[in-house]
Amino acid sequence: MNIDFLIKRDVLIIYLSGELDEYNAASAKHRIDTALDKYSYKSAVFDLSNLAFMDSTGVGMFIGRYKKLSRQNKKVFIQNPCFQVEKILRMSGLYQIMPKIKNEVI
Amino acid sequence: MKFNNEATIRFKSKSVNEYFARNAIAAFIMQLNPTIEQMNDVKTAVSEAVTNCKVHAYDSEDDYIEIFCGIEGEKLHIKVSDSGKGIADIEKAMQPFYTTCPEDERSGMGFTVMETFMDSLHVENNTPKGTVVYMTKIFGNSGK
Repeated sequence: MNIDFLIKRDVLIIYLSGELDEYNAASAKHRIDTALDKYSYKSAVFDLSNLAFMDSTGVGMFIGRYKKLSRQNKKVFIQNPCFQVEKILRMSGLYQIMPKIKNEVI
Repeated sequence: MKFNNEATIRFKSKSVNEYFARNAIAAFIMQLNPTIEQMNDVKTAVSEAVTNCKVHAYDSEDDYIEIFCGIEGEKLHIKVSDSGKGIADIEKAMQPFYTTCPEDERSGMGFTVMETFMDSLHVENNTPKGTVVYMTKIFGNSGK
C-alpha cells in the first residue's frame, strides 16, 4: 500500500491507498510512526479516499496511532472513507476516538 | 448437504495470501449476483478468518489454510479450516474486543466482524487439531 504525507496549516494529512490488512499493517504502522515523529504539526488526519479495503487489523493499527498521538495531546481525525471502510470503522466505534470530518474542514 | 456449486482453495499461512483468499472467494460468489455491500461483507469476513489462522493458529508461514465455499440456492456456505493450535475457550475468544495479544495492537474484533457481516457464524474445534469457522450469507432479498 502507498502512504503519502502532507502538512497543511499545522495539520498532518496522512493519505492511505490500497488495502490495509494483516499483510501490510506492520509496515504501514512503521512508516506512519516515522512520519509522526519527524514532522511538526498540531493534529493529524487520515485521508482514506483511496483506501479500497480494510479489516479489523486496520482498526488495531488506527487505535495504536491514536494512543501515540493522544499521549502528545494531539487530536486525530478520519476523512473520506469508502463504503466498505466506513462500515467497519462505524461498527468498531473508532469514530468515538477519531472523529470523522468533512474534507472541507482542513 | 447438496450444493449447486462448490470450490475449495488451499494456501500457505502467509499474510500475503489474505488478498488472494478474499478475492478468490469474491470471484466465486459473482454467480450469486451480490450487491457491492454483500461482496464487501464476504471479503471482510474471509479476511478476518484468514487473519485469525495466520496470527493465532500458526507460528510459521509454512502451514496450510483451507477455505471451502458451497452455494445452496441463494445461500453461501463458507468453511475456513486450519490445523493449528486451536482456541482454548471459543466462547471467550468470540467476545467483542477480547484479544490474547493486546500489546500487538490487536483490536479483538475479528469474530465480531464476521458475525456482523455474515448471516451466521459458528466456530468449533477441528479434528485432530485446529479450528473450523463456518459462516453463511443469504443473497437475494432475504439476507442482511
